Amino acid sequence: MKAFLMFVRKEFYHIFRDPRTLLVLFGMPVALVTLFGFALTNEIKNADVAVLDYDKGVHARQVQNRLFSSGYFGLRDYARSYPDVSAAFRRGQVKLAVVFPAGFSQDLDHLGHAQVQLVADASDQNTAISLVNYATAIIRSYEQEAAPRRSGAPGPRVEAVSRLYFNPGLKAAYTFVPGTMALILLLVSAMLTSITIAREKETGTMEVLLVSPMRQLPIIIGKILPYFLLSFINGLIILALGVWALHIPERGSLPLLIAETLLYILVALTLGVLISTRAASQQTAMLISMLALLLPTLILSGFLFPIESMPLPLQTISRLIPARYFIVILKGIMIKGLGLRELWRETAVLLGMAGGLLLLALGSLKNRLA
Amino acid sequence: MSTTTAPEPVIRCEKLTKRFGAFTAVDAISFAVAPGEIFGFLGANGAGKTTAMRMLCGLLGPTEGRASVAGFDVFTQPERIKQHIGYMSQKFSLYEDLTVAENIRFYGGVYGLATAAIRGKTDALLQRLGLQGERNTLVGSLPLGWKQKLAFSVALLHDPAVVFLDEPTGGVDPITRRQFWDLIYEAAARGVTLFITTHYMDEAEYCDRVSIMVDGKIEALDTPAGLKQQFGVDTMDEVFLHLARGAKNAE
Repeated sequence: MKAFLMFVRKEFYHIFRDPRTLLVLFGMPVALVTLFGFALTNEIKNADVAVLDYDKGVHARQVQNRLFSSGYFGLRDYARSYPDVSAAFRRGQVKLAVVFPAGFSQDLDHLGHAQVQLVADASDQNTAISLVNYATAIIRSYEQEAAPRRSGAPGPRVEAVSRLYFNPGLKAAYTFVPGTMALILLLVSAMLTSITIAREKETGTMEVLLVSPMRQLPIIIGKILPYFLLSFINGLIILALGVWALHIPERGSLPLLIAETLLYILVALTLGVLISTRAASQQTAMLISMLALLLPTLILSGFLFPIESMPLPLQTISRLIPARYFIVILKGIMIKGLGLRELWRETAVLLGMAGGLLLLALGSLKNRLA
Repeated sequence: MSTTTAPEPVIRCEKLTKRFGAFTAVDAISFAVAPGEIFGFLGANGAGKTTAMRMLCGLLGPTEGRASVAGFDVFTQPERIKQHIGYMSQKFSLYEDLTVAENIRFYGGVYGLATAAIRGKTDALLQRLGLQGERNTLVGSLPLGWKQKLAFSVALLHDPAVVFLDEPTGGVDPITRRQFWDLIYEAAARGVTLFITTHYMDEAEYCDRVSIMVDGKIEALDTPAGLKQQFGVDTMDEVFLHLARGAKNAE
């Protein structure tokens, strides 16, 4: 046990004395998630909006003023009819249309509630969702400020009814961010561990360790543990980025989400150890983890291309990709709010993978170095 | 030192053999090494030295024969052997991004030494090597000769019965090499057995006895003086060339 603790301490020395490791560990994920996330989410600034105002009343005008003075939206087109709006969408001129039905202002004044319709171009789902959310928020704030003027009576309600154009089911929504999270956690965790054992082989220290009374299992676990702790922090950062910066909801259980993330990190780390027991040098280890992990994960995990539409052989191969299961789990917990009852199958697969990879790595370390 | 008067050999091999498929890497070698002996283990690349050494270190299971190291059987107790041997490779095997003291503490921990014992040994070791001032220096910034001495001392940290030195003086200048041999003699005088592979024939002269492997077999085994006499030549170089010329498995 003492030897093991000594070993773990040594690993931390390695990590904290090598700025590159720290950079890969913490810099790369944050940079990539931000980059990937925002590249797709498209920060909303002066988005082109068409207005179809059948009301032409005071409230409709004020809501419009609000929208266009917010900086998020820019008036592109004053439409006169629904076909106008459709045409603008088809030409790709506008991303959002705001439709005030006739009698909007009157309803708001006399009935206390009115409806406004938001139509968004959902071919770009993330943008569509953000636009609708932003516009809804602005309309809400108008409704709240309008309230005190009518003390006593219940405040006026403006209902924003949104409709998504082109892809009402939003089937691929939220795919990107969980996919990126799965990819990055895998890459960073696996790459870092894959280098560490290869490095000890290069410097000859692995030989000495093997001649020492230290067994293989403590060596492997001692290699994994420090990266496990750091990757966990990393995972939390990525999750936080996903939730707060990229607006992925977190509808399910947070402890479950964290536990699943830890499990996935464990799979990635053992994968890295396995690679490094096979690779003779740090460069080889790095290359193998890039080629063997990056491309298959990108293409076969369901991250970019739906698995259902792949040819059967590729579908079979995709079953070997850990990210595939983690993406299902991430989306299940965060977006659909599912629990372990629905996700036990994926969890079991990841557990099996972690155990199997650990055994493989152990066997490989014995064979390769003995 | 001669083996005939030695009490109980520290290393004993009888017809130790290792086959990889049809290839016999080590072919029924037999020898015994006494406590405190400096035993030179020579051979051209590919002669089977490394394989033999790995078996003795408990890293590789032998195919046939018998062997014991420090009183433990190579076949059945390889993990016990590891407790009682030290090992130093050509690469010096220290962590360059750890300080001198951290390296010592790490290897002490790996061999299960108590913290207090490690502290005491660290002080003694640094004093002996004159490295007190470098206690907190990263090993990577030490000169090669110092690293080598440090690596050797670390290999001796847990008071092993045998230390295996795999080409310990590769890439080091002659003066440093000479100083390194002083450390080896000191260790031998304390009763530690040293098992050394080398390609430098002047170093072979420093050994108590020398064995020369050719094609997996030990073709010669005697004191350096005895070998020169046996082959009727003046230097170990000539002895080695005489034997190695007939090799089939040279790399």
